[in-house]
Amino acid sequence: MPTISIDQAKPEYDVVIVGSGAGGGQMAYTLTLAGLKCAMLEAGRSYDPQSETPMFNRADQTPLGGAPTPDKDMGFWDATVDGGWSVPGEPYTQGSTDKHEQFTWWRARMMGGRTNHWGRISLRNGPYDFKPYSYDGLGWDWPITYEEVAPYYDKVEMLIGVHGANQGMENTPDSPPGILQPPPKARIGDLLTQKAGKKVGVPVVSIHRAVLTKPLDADTIPAKLHPGNKWAQDIVAKSMRSRAACFWATPCYRGCSIRATYQSTTVHLPPALETGNLDIIANAHVREVTVGKNGKANGVLFIDKSTGREERVKGKAVVLAASSGETVRILLNSKSNQFPDGIANRSGLVGKYITDTVAMSVKGQIPALENLPPHNEDGAGGSHVYSPWWGYEAQRRGQLDFARGYHIEIGATRSMPGGYSPVPMGYLRGQYGTKLKQEARRYYGSFITLAGRGEMIPNEQCYAEIDPVVKDKWGVPVVRWHWKWSENELNMALHGQKTFAAMIEEMGGTVTQPLAKSGYDLIRPGGNVKHEVGGARMGVDPRDSVCNKWSQTWDVKNLFLCDATSFVSNADKNPTLTIMALAWRCADHIIEESAKGNL
Amino acid sequence: MKTDQSPERISRRVVLKWFATAAAATQLGRSRLWAEDMSSLPAGYGTDPNLTKIYQPGDVWPLTLKPKERGLVTFLADLILPEDEFGPAASALRVPDFIDEWVSAPYPNQQSSRKKIIPGLKLMDELSQARFGRDFEKLSARQSTGILDAIMAQQGDEPQLKKAQGFLHEFTSLCMGAYYGTPAGWKAIGYVGNVPLPSFDGPPQEVLDRVGVTQTVS
Repeated sequence: MPTISIDQAKPEYDVVIVGSGAGGGQMAYTLTLAGLKCAMLEAGRSYDPQSETPMFNRADQTPLGGAPTPDKDMGFWDATVDGGWSVPGEPYTQGSTDKHEQFTWWRARMMGGRTNHWGRISLRNGPYDFKPYSYDGLGWDWPITYEEVAPYYDKVEMLIGVHGANQGMENTPDSPPGILQPPPKARIGDLLTQKAGKKVGVPVVSIHRAVLTKPLDADTIPAKLHPGNKWAQDIVAKSMRSRAACFWATPCYRGCSIRATYQSTTVHLPPALETGNLDIIANAHVREVTVGKNGKANGVLFIDKSTGREERVKGKAVVLAASSGETVRILLNSKSNQFPDGIANRSGLVGKYITDTVAMSVKGQIPALENLPPHNEDGAGGSHVYSPWWGYEAQRRGQLDFARGYHIEIGATRSMPGGYSPVPMGYLRGQYGTKLKQEARRYYGSFITLAGRGEMIPNEQCYAEIDPVVKDKWGVPVVRWHWKWSENELNMALHGQKTFAAMIEEMGGTVTQPLAKSGYDLIRPGGNVKHEVGGARMGVDPRDSVCNKWSQTWDVKNLFLCDATSFVSNADKNPTLTIMALAWRCADHIIEESAKGNL
Repeated sequence: MKTDQSPERISRRVVLKWFATAAAATQLGRSRLWAEDMSSLPAGYGTDPNLTKIYQPGDVWPLTLKPKERGLVTFLADLILPEDEFGPAASALRVPDFIDEWVSAPYPNQQSSRKKIIPGLKLMDELSQARFGRDFEKLSARQSTGILDAIMAQQGDEPQLKKAQGFLHEFTSLCMGAYYGTPAGWKAIGYVGNVPLPSFDGPPQEVLDRVGVTQTVS
């Protein structure tokens, strides 16, 4: 991706965008195609998925067979570069030493952020998900409804390309006809899980993922996305035509050189750059939002990591899309006479009520899948099916000891071996020689992992603040995390385990590990799913929220938050699609307001 | 070479005696045969390595196994994954290079693996010396598999026995990760893929029939 250095920057931009991932990418796309001049600041380096993605690379061509190391936390091929659970020189701290109260924070320091390696799972929040307080009395309602966001879900799905099927299920919205791409065929383990699910009352249906299963219709979609803007339509059509459909090889987490999957770097940034209205500055570690005497944001102050110098870039409006933790850090570090507690923080709610996703999984060994004839199951590089939450009725009847839902991501595939034993070693204990090879062949592909991803209820013990002492190597005060699961999440995790075990038993299989007795033994640590959401929620009252329904901060009308910071709740649906839908909606608002001179 | 496990059972008493003899045997003069703990670790590949490059073991950090160890690793890996109807022997797929790369890597997991692998190799050699008076890698197939069988078949908490079993478990695991990460290994285990396809058609009818399901995604 082409970038500029700070000395090439314009004196002032219409909008300065901090972050280049799902939110920042969508914001830049929408604004630049509407003719606004934007600067985008990315804390990491530039990245080009077309030349940098390890397509087809094998374990025997890769250090340690691709196994994870502290340099590459999720394995050598993970698209994340210069990031992970720790970033050298840029620490974060914990508010507690209790092992159950630790927060793990994934930061991707690269162009496109986490969208380069994300799971591509693209689920719409449903009507209940925007009104959770009204639904069950917990948490808060969003100031918007599903119906208000739906047109933006439609547009994002058309732009990025999402495969899936409409199921007509409760709180699991269908897309209008013609929007979803065809779902990939189910794998053998998917079908067995589906059959078992029917017996135990768990639906298994086609998942929605941002992978092109056929080329995008570049002849008709651009006009639907940008009505009346022929120039934008042409640019988008050209970008769509340069994306290939999936060729059913290479897992998506490596990134995609043929641009068959959504990454900010494959979908949002190329057309935004093509407009000529976007300047991207890489290696720009933003420290704070700067404010003029009129109380409005007038740009950002950042450290240019290539020189170590403090620099400024000016804008008529500022959009933060740096991820919940980073956006909170920037807001709280932006202290001035006008905002002694951090910019846009008159409510005192900046950093508060951050949530992650509840995650628990169970693996089963399934004799019916042993010794199957070899066949290609690479597929779309991720899950093909999942189980949307099915327990609404049981909850209304008071039959469950937790609120909200979880969905199940089904991992059943004869995936490419290497690096680690393709069969858990416990199944091969004491074997060697030809017998070992026979057993490896027998067991390979006979394991199914059922992974729950559930909704956490926001609580006041989960928040991010500025550490009073620790600074990073650039002199910027760092985030201190506070975390605590409530009974709701721990009970949900146990319910998931029980459900998964029942499904595995129904398949005639056995669970591969002893079942956990406590939710703490099951649930992954806070932040581990990399779905940290919230920290500057939207609302209807400036005393009780940081942003209005446009993700515009109440205190500073030309400052917008378009990552997941403004989320009021964290539905079990993965947040990325909603980040993009709300960013597009926020961008439309910025375009309108700036045309009226209101910013 | 085919190395089906020998049905011959060696008594626990005898095996423990080997361990005792091995432990008592003076190994003076042989210590230089074994790699030492790495006092200073080399650099890893860093947080921003070239992801698309084709790497060989030794490209990023130096390999550290000594010739004696390489010989033993090769011999043992080929006992564990021999040439047979499934595919070539481990050494033909460069499994020993992978193991050398693994135990020479600067990362915590790999260093902890090294602390099992190198003493384990030494223990195998000592057992071989105690039992047959020869280097492990010079044993006949029957002699060497006899030692493997004897270790793997025993139940017990004796530290030496646990150490030997733990070593073989770890060593086998590394062999599996290396062997099955190759195209010949894919064939051996039944992986098909990593090739571009015009369409994804799901499991073939034969597979659907075997499992007793039908395709539900049209």
